[in-house]
Amino acid sequence: MIANLAFAAPLLLVALIALPILWWLLRAVPPAPIRRRFPGVALLLGLRDDDSQSDKTPWWLLLLRMVAVAAAIIGFAGPILNPQEQRLGTGPLLILMDSSWASARDWSARLDRAELLLAEAGRAGRTVALVQLTDLPPGDLALQSASAWAARMPNLTPAPYAPDLMAAAAWATALEGPLEVFWFSDGIAHPGRDDLTEVLEDLGPISVFQGARDVLTVAPPTFADGVIQIPLQRLGGTAPQDVTVVAHGLDPAGIPRDLARETVTFAAGETTADLALSLPPELRNRITRFELAGERTAGAVALTDDALQRREVALISAATEDEAQSLLSPLHYLRQALDPTADIIEGALLDMLLASPDAVILADIATISPDEQSALVSWVENGGLLVRFSGPRLAASDLARDEAGPLMPVRLRAGGRSVGGAMSWGQPKELRPFDDTSPFFGLEIPGDVLVTSQVLAQPDPQLSARTIAALSDGTPLVTRAPLGQGSVVLFHVTANAEWSTLPLSGLFVQMLERLAVSTRPVAPDAADLVGTTWTPDQVLDGFGTLRDAGVMPGVAGQDLATAPLSAVLLPGLYSDGDRRIARNVITPETTLAAAVWPADIPVEGMAAIAPTDLMAAFLTTALILLLVDAIVALWLSGRLTSLSRGVAVVALVFGVPHAVDAQTLSDADLRAILATQEVTLAYVITGDAQLDRVSAAGLQGLSNTLFLRTSVEPAPPIGVDLETDELAFFPLIYWPISPDQPLPSADAYARLNAYMRSGGMIVFDTRDADIGQFGSGTPEGRRLRALAAPLDIPPLEQVPDDHILTRTFYLLQDFPGRHMSRDVWVEASPPDAEQIEGMPFRNLNDGVTPVLIGGNDWAAAWAVTESGQPMFPVGRGFTGERQREIALRFGVNLVMHVLSGNYKSDQVHVPELIERLGQ
Amino acid sequence: MSDTSLHTPDTLRSRSEAVAGALPALMADAQHLAATILLGDHGRKRAGTGDEFWQYRPAEAGDSYRSIDWRRSARADAPFVRQTEWQAAQSVMFGVDDSASMTFTGHKNRPSKLRRAQTLAMALAILAVRGGERVGLTHLSEPPRGGQAQLMRMAAALMDGHEAGDYGAPKPRVMPSGSRAVFFSDFLGDPAAIETALHQAADRGVKGALVQVLDPDEEAFPFDGRTVFESMSGAIKFETLKAKSLRAAYLSRLAERKDHLRTLARRTGWRYHVHHTDTLAEPTLLWLYRALERVRG
Repeated sequence: MIANLAFAAPLLLVALIALPILWWLLRAVPPAPIRRRFPGVALLLGLRDDDSQSDKTPWWLLLLRMVAVAAAIIGFAGPILNPQEQRLGTGPLLILMDSSWASARDWSARLDRAELLLAEAGRAGRTVALVQLTDLPPGDLALQSASAWAARMPNLTPAPYAPDLMAAAAWATALEGPLEVFWFSDGIAHPGRDDLTEVLEDLGPISVFQGARDVLTVAPPTFADGVIQIPLQRLGGTAPQDVTVVAHGLDPAGIPRDLARETVTFAAGETTADLALSLPPELRNRITRFELAGERTAGAVALTDDALQRREVALISAATEDEAQSLLSPLHYLRQALDPTADIIEGALLDMLLASPDAVILADIATISPDEQSALVSWVENGGLLVRFSGPRLAASDLARDEAGPLMPVRLRAGGRSVGGAMSWGQPKELRPFDDTSPFFGLEIPGDVLVTSQVLAQPDPQLSARTIAALSDGTPLVTRAPLGQGSVVLFHVTANAEWSTLPLSGLFVQMLERLAVSTRPVAPDAADLVGTTWTPDQVLDGFGTLRDAGVMPGVAGQDLATAPLSAVLLPGLYSDGDRRIARNVITPETTLAAAVWPADIPVEGMAAIAPTDLMAAFLTTALILLLVDAIVALWLSGRLTSLSRGVAVVALVFGVPHAVDAQTLSDADLRAILATQEVTLAYVITGDAQLDRVSAAGLQGLSNTLFLRTSVEPAPPIGVDLETDELAFFPLIYWPISPDQPLPSADAYARLNAYMRSGGMIVFDTRDADIGQFGSGTPEGRRLRALAAPLDIPPLEQVPDDHILTRTFYLLQDFPGRHMSRDVWVEASPPDAEQIEGMPFRNLNDGVTPVLIGGNDWAAAWAVTESGQPMFPVGRGFTGERQREIALRFGVNLVMHVLSGNYKSDQVHVPELIERLGQ
Repeated sequence: MSDTSLHTPDTLRSRSEAVAGALPALMADAQHLAATILLGDHGRKRAGTGDEFWQYRPAEAGDSYRSIDWRRSARADAPFVRQTEWQAAQSVMFGVDDSASMTFTGHKNRPSKLRRAQTLAMALAILAVRGGERVGLTHLSEPPRGGQAQLMRMAAALMDGHEAGDYGAPKPRVMPSGSRAVFFSDFLGDPAAIETALHQAADRGVKGALVQVLDPDEEAFPFDGRTVFESMSGAIKFETLKAKSLRAAYLSRLAERKDHLRTLARRTGWRYHVHHTDTLAEPTLLWLYRALERVRG
C-alpha cells in the first residue's frame, strides 16, 4: 500500500515538522471566555476555581487538531495511490481481441483495460489498429489515432463463437512490421493460436492480457433413464465450486420463468461436473434453455430442442384384464416402440385426458361411453392426436358402419378380410411405397413387412385423400382425418403381430415418429439433414442473451449439422416445420484447455488499477476533523448548552412513547373488554344490596344452566349502573323493581331507549305476582309505572300461546319464577300479523321483543349460592323443583330468543318446505 | 431584552388588572386600629366607630343619654344603646426594587424579574384598593391613598425610571406606623441595607412580607466553561475557567442568603417568600393575600 503511494509535491511534507510547535502553541492558549450578564455575580465574588487544569486544552482535542492539520498537509502534498507506470513504446500499435464467447465473462474489464492502453497510446502519439479476431477486417490494417478507436470502444461486443485463429494467422502474414501487439486473449487454447503467435512475433513485441476469471460452460443436455444429464466444464479454478444451473421456460400462462434451479458442485481439482435433473414431463417439455446463474457468456447457455421434448402418450387397450402372454398384448409393441422416446401413461381415459397427453392410442377399442366420447372429441379438437388400431373387436363391432363418426377417419366394412391365410387364395400383402403427400414419404419399406389381415374401408370419395399408407393392392393401411385442430388416425391392422409384421419392423417406430406420436431421440446427423433448409428462430449473442433471429437467412441442413459456428451460423434455435434443432456454443465434444504462451511473451492480468488521487480524501478528512474540533471546542467552553438541551428534548421525544404505551387502560375500557369477550348477562343495580345480590346470583344460576345445556357459554353476570355504564354490550338486562328505587336521569333514559331500539331486551320483574296482578296497585307495580313512563315501550300483549318464547329452545306454556303467574307481557304482534301456520310474524328488532314484563321473581328461582345450590326454596317438594326447572327453561328460552331472534319462528315453515321438495 | 420582559406604563396597569381579577378583594388585617384615625369600611366585628349597625345592648352606667336608642327602648322596659360596628382602613406600602439587576431575564420568553415584581405589586395594590385600603410606594414621599387615581399614580411612579446601580435596597421614606409593607427585590445586593430597613419597619410597628423574585437561571446556575460573569451594569466582573465547578459554591451561597432573609423576616415579624419568574404570578399573589391577612398581633 505504502509502496503504491506517491506524492505530487513531496516537499510540502516538510511542513509536518511544524506539528510539534503547533502542539506547544495550542496547549499554551486556553479557549476564549464567554461573557455573560448575570446578577448572581455578587454571590460569586471571592470564589476560586478549584481545578487549574481546565484551562489547558485536553490532550485528545490536541491530538484531533494535530491529525487534522497533518491530514491537510498530506492532502496538499498531493498523494496518489497506484501511480501508473509509464509504458514506453513507440511506433504503431496493434490491439488484438479474441472477442469470443469466452471473452464475454469479463468484457467490461477488457474494454476498460483497452481504453487505458488507448489513452496511453494517445498520450504517446502512437497510431493504433484494433482488430477483433472473430471479425477480421478486410484489406489493409486501418491505423488510426487512439482517440478514434476509444470512441468506438463502447460498440464492441463479443461474438457468440470462437475465433478462427488459422484464418487470423493467414491474415497476419500480410501485415507489415514493425508493430507492437497487445493481445487480449480469452485464455482458451483455440486451434491455430500458436501459428498466429509465431506470425506476430515477427512483427514486433507482443504483450498478452488475459483475465483471471474462470470459464464455466454447459453442454447440451441429454435425456436418459428419466433424468436430464447436464455436463458442465470449467477452466481455471481448482477449488471446490458451487454452480447453479437454471432451467428457463414458459409457464402454462406463457410467461418466461425459472422452471427449475439446481446447484452442482465441482469437486476440488475436477474440471467437469454433471448435473442429473429429474423433472416431471410437463415441466421438462417446457424447458427452452439451461443457464449457469451469474455467468454471462454464450458458453453458459445450452438451448434445448426436440431432443429433450418427450411426448406424453396415453395408451388404452380393452384387454386390460387379459392375462394372456404379454407378447400378445395389443400394447406390448407400442410400449416397446414408444418407451425410449416418449412418456407413456396408462389408466382410465378420462383421468389421462386431464394430464393433457400429446397423443392417445386406442388399441382395438370399439365402444366408448358417451362421456368419454365427448371428452375425447373436445380434446382432439383442441389439437390432440388420436391413433386407433384395429383388431378383432373393432372388426366385429358395428363401429363406423353407417357413418364414420367423429372419432374414425373412414367408414368400415363389416368383418374385414384375411389375405394369405390357410383358407385364402392370396398372398400376404406388402406395402405400397409412400405417396409424396403422405407424412411417411421417404421412409424405406423393409421387404419383410407383410399384412395378413385388415379392416376394410368403405369406398368413399374422400377415402383416397384420407389414405396415408396403403397396401400393394391399394387398400388403405393407415387413414387419417382432421378433426378440429387435431386429427384421428386409424391403423387398419392390429398393434400386435397378429395381423401383420409391421409392429415387428423398424418402420413401425419411424411411422409413429412421423406421426409425431414420438420424437427423434438423438440429434440428427448431416446425412439426415441433407437437402433441408433450416431457418433460425432465435439466436444467442456473445453474452448468452437469446434474441429473436428476425430476417436472418436460412441455413442448409448439412451445414447446420457440421459447420463450425461463425457470423453466418450463429448459435441458436433453428426450425424446419415442426422440427427444431438447437446449435449450441458448447457441444458434447468440446473440451476446454488453457492457452499456453511462449515464455518470452509477458502475460498481464486484466486488472487495471487507475491511479487514485487521494488529495480530496485527505482534505475532506481534515475538514471533517476541524468541524468536529469546532463542535468539541464549543462544547468544552460551555456554549453548547442550548444545543445539548435540544438533543435532550429529542432524546425525550424518542424515549417518551414507551411511557405512553405503558399507560393502563381505563376502568371503562377494561369493563367493555370483559363484557364483550363472551355473552354476558346484566342486571340493573337498584341500590338495594340484598336485591342486587339476588339478581347477580339469579343470573349466575341462569348462566350456569345455559353453559350446561346450550352452546351459549356466558361470562359471569355484570351489574350495570344505568347512570354511568354503557349498555350496548349486553344482550339482556334484568331489572328487578323495588318500591324505593330512584328514577334514572334523562341521560340514562336516552341510553335505555337507544338500547331497546337497537335490539336489546330489558326484563322487568316486579316480584309481586303472589299478591297482585299486572297493572294492580302494588308498590312495585306503581314504581314500575313511574320507571317505565319515559321509556319507549311498544304496545304490549300477554304472551300468546304461539309466541316465539314458547319454542326457542324448550317447548313451554308457562313462565314461572318463584311465583307462578301467567301475567307475562311482551311486545304485541303487529295488528296485521297473520297466523301463518300458527305464528304471527314480527319484523321489528328481528322479532325480539324489547321488553318483557312480569312479576314472577325469576331471579330468585334461578339464584344459586356459590356452591351451586339453589338459594331460595320454590314451591314445595317435587312440584317446587319442577317449577324451578320450568323457570330455568324459561330463562334459557329467553336468552335464546334474544340471541337468535325469530329464527325459530321460521322453523314453522319447515314442513311446507319439505313438502315442496317432494320428499 | 424583548418587549414582553419589561412593562410600559400602558401595559402595567392592564396586566395587573388581569392578574388581580382572579382573586377576591383583599381584606387586610387592621391590627392597630386605634393608631389610624382614618375611617375605612372594614368591619372589625366589634363595636366601635363606624356607620354600620352592630347591635343593641342594655344601657349601662356611664352611657350617655344621647347614646340611648329611644325607639328600641320604647319597645321594652329597659333602655337600650345602639352600637355601630368598628370600621377601619389599612395602609399597604409597596417597595419595588428597580435596580439594574432586576432587569435580568435568563430566557427571552421569560419576563424580567422587574416586570414580574411590578405586576405583583400592582395586583396587590388593586386588590387592596378594591378592599377599601390605602396604598402607596415606599420610596415616594407621598402618603398612601385609596382610589383608582392612586393606582394610576402608582403605576406611573413604578415605571418612572430605574434606580442607578446594580443592586437596590428598600428605602422606606413613608411608612405610616402600623401599616403593611411589601418589598419586592432579588435581595442579591448588600444584606445590610435590608436589615436596616426591616429593623426600621419593626420599630414603627410595620409588618409585611419580603418577596424575593429570582430568575430560574439564578437558582440553577446552568453555566459551564471559561466564563466572565458581569453584573447587569457591567460594574462587577468575575472570571472563572470552569463555571461548572463553581456551581455548588454558588448554590450554597444562595441558600445562605435565603436563609438569612428568612431568619431576618422571622425576627421582625415579617414573612418571606421566594418567587421564580418561570412560574405563574397567581400563587405568589395568593400567598401575599394570605400573608397579609395572617399577620396578627
